[in-house]
Amino acid sequence: MTSPSSRRVDPDVDLRVPADRGELAAHPAAVLGVVAAGGALGALARAGVQAALPHSPTGFPWSTCTVNVTGCLLIGALMAVLGRRRAGPLVRPLLGVGVLGGFTTFSAYAMDVHRALAAGAAGTALAYLVATLVGGLAAVTAGDALAGRLLDRADRRRPGAGRGGRGPGRPDPAAERPGRRDAR
Amino acid sequence: MSVLLIALGAALGAPLRYLTDRAVQARHGSRFPWGTLTVNVAGSLLLGVVTGVPTAPAVTALVGTGFCGALTTWSTFGYETVRLARAGDRRFALANVLVSVVAGLGAATLGFALARALAG
Repeated sequence: MTSPSSRRVDPDVDLRVPADRGELAAHPAAVLGVVAAGGALGALARAGVQAALPHSPTGFPWSTCTVNVTGCLLIGALMAVLGRRRAGPLVRPLLGVGVLGGFTTFSAYAMDVHRALAAGAAGTALAYLVATLVGGLAAVTAGDALAGRLLDRADRRRPGAGRGGRGPGRPDPAAERPGRRDAR
Repeated sequence: MSVLLIALGAALGAPLRYLTDRAVQARHGSRFPWGTLTVNVAGSLLLGVVTGVPTAPAVTALVGTGFCGALTTWSTFGYETVRLARAGDRRFALANVLVSVVAGLGAATLGFALARALAG
């Protein structure tokens, strides 16, 4: 993507991105409303997974790990799509900030590690801590790559629908890796 | 009942994360994700407190699962870390992981210990 959003680091809100900077002033009630609604939906989905997959204090917290890794996969895909397709101004606040932000949780991640350590299960605590980190970061990358590939395929099928002039199978480097331009 | 409380807590926590992130970013120009770190550490501290005191299941649903769960985020933290690493800010990416994990775990532990001490 060639727009300034290629400078984005924070998917929730990044004040370096002009559209993000102006969105709250432009429609405050709508933005905060969809963030709240999306957050509630995401949190309920998370609570559902946690209720379905309970774990003992010494057991591996599969539910929270699954929720966080899945949320990372989806944020990677979502931001890749938003970087290359036109979307309404409330799509990112609703799905990224609200649903995925409400679905994933850092507080339960930290508390799970603390609980396992306190229960004397240091091995479980470390495995969970590292597995979520490795899995989550890999999932962001995978979600981004997967969505990029699907968008490329759609662009090839409908020339002119996406951003033209790009070779097949080669994502716009500015869209996915703005840092290459920003680095140095 | 608990479904409504979780939804209510999250409907407060998620917009508060958005507003806090904006407010923190407005105060500095760094690429380091201080805003997300702030909400994640604050939410971990509060969840530690809620877990450390004997509370009714309704409070756990409202404050713990709903509010703290939605105030904090793993997807944003993960995305920012990958984004920083790809942008060539490897040290920022690594620092973000280390600081978030250490501060988050420290905050949860501190909140839990404080609540236990105060609750007697």
